[in-house]
Amino acid sequence: MTIDLVLFFGLALIAVVAAIAMIASRNAVYSALFLVFNFLTVATLYLLLNAAFIAVVQVTVYAGAIMVLFLFVIMLLGTERESIGGRIRWQMPLSIVLGLALAGELAYVLLRNDIVQGPLADLTVEFGSPASIGRVLFNEYLVPFEVTSILLLVAMIGAIVITRKQREEGK
Amino acid sequence: MNIPPAYVLTLSGILFALGVIGVLIRRNAIVIFMSIELMLNSANLAFIAFARALAPAQEALRGHVFVFFVIAVAASEVAVGLALIVAIFRSKESIDVDEVSSLRG
Repeated sequence: MTIDLVLFFGLALIAVVAAIAMIASRNAVYSALFLVFNFLTVATLYLLLNAAFIAVVQVTVYAGAIMVLFLFVIMLLGTERESIGGRIRWQMPLSIVLGLALAGELAYVLLRNDIVQGPLADLTVEFGSPASIGRVLFNEYLVPFEVTSILLLVAMIGAIVITRKQREEGK
Repeated sequence: MNIPPAYVLTLSGILFALGVIGVLIRRNAIVIFMSIELMLNSANLAFIAFARALAPAQEALRGHVFVFFVIAVAASEVAVGLALIVAIFRSKESIDVDEVSSLRG
């Protein structure tokens, strides 16, 4: 068992435990912090998989920007507590059983597949670096990249329009 | 760096299933939303695993580019989704998904 495999299993354990803690926490703030933990673990996994640029984007955009937005809204609304017990009593046990069945089947199918046989190729630092990704992004995917900027603009306008206070009508 | 891709894909599948469980058992709309982010993230992990598996080929970098786009779309999705949650909280004073049942006949 190589050091990479030890690292992988450690990170995988941390990621799964953080995900379970996220869905099990009663307080939404704790859930958000466990999700940040999970994202950081996955970013480290990206580094192990030769995806340096994506790892840094994951930390800055996902764990940084997006989760700050989540924490901001949780604390703005003050709705971190959640009443216990749903309206449908059998929903929670049934969901957990079905979800674990899904996880088991996914794990079984993915572990017995043979997408890649033999050892993986050794890679240079060049693979997954910002320069190489930028080359692919701006040569092959220039139009989707520009469309993404429009999408972000539309999302920004949409967020402002939705949260704007409705003006009283009929006054 | 020699982790079998099947192991990474399995981890991604387990994280996805945990996200599904989170969506099904929680009733706080924000936590449901965070579980959806967990599922998106596990899909990204699968993309990176496949990119690593097909590695020295230049086409493998498309997996990384796709993850980049997924993160951008997730960011805009979060902006609009949280705006919707804030709007719902204004009218209902709650973001419990059981309370938001205005359309029920």
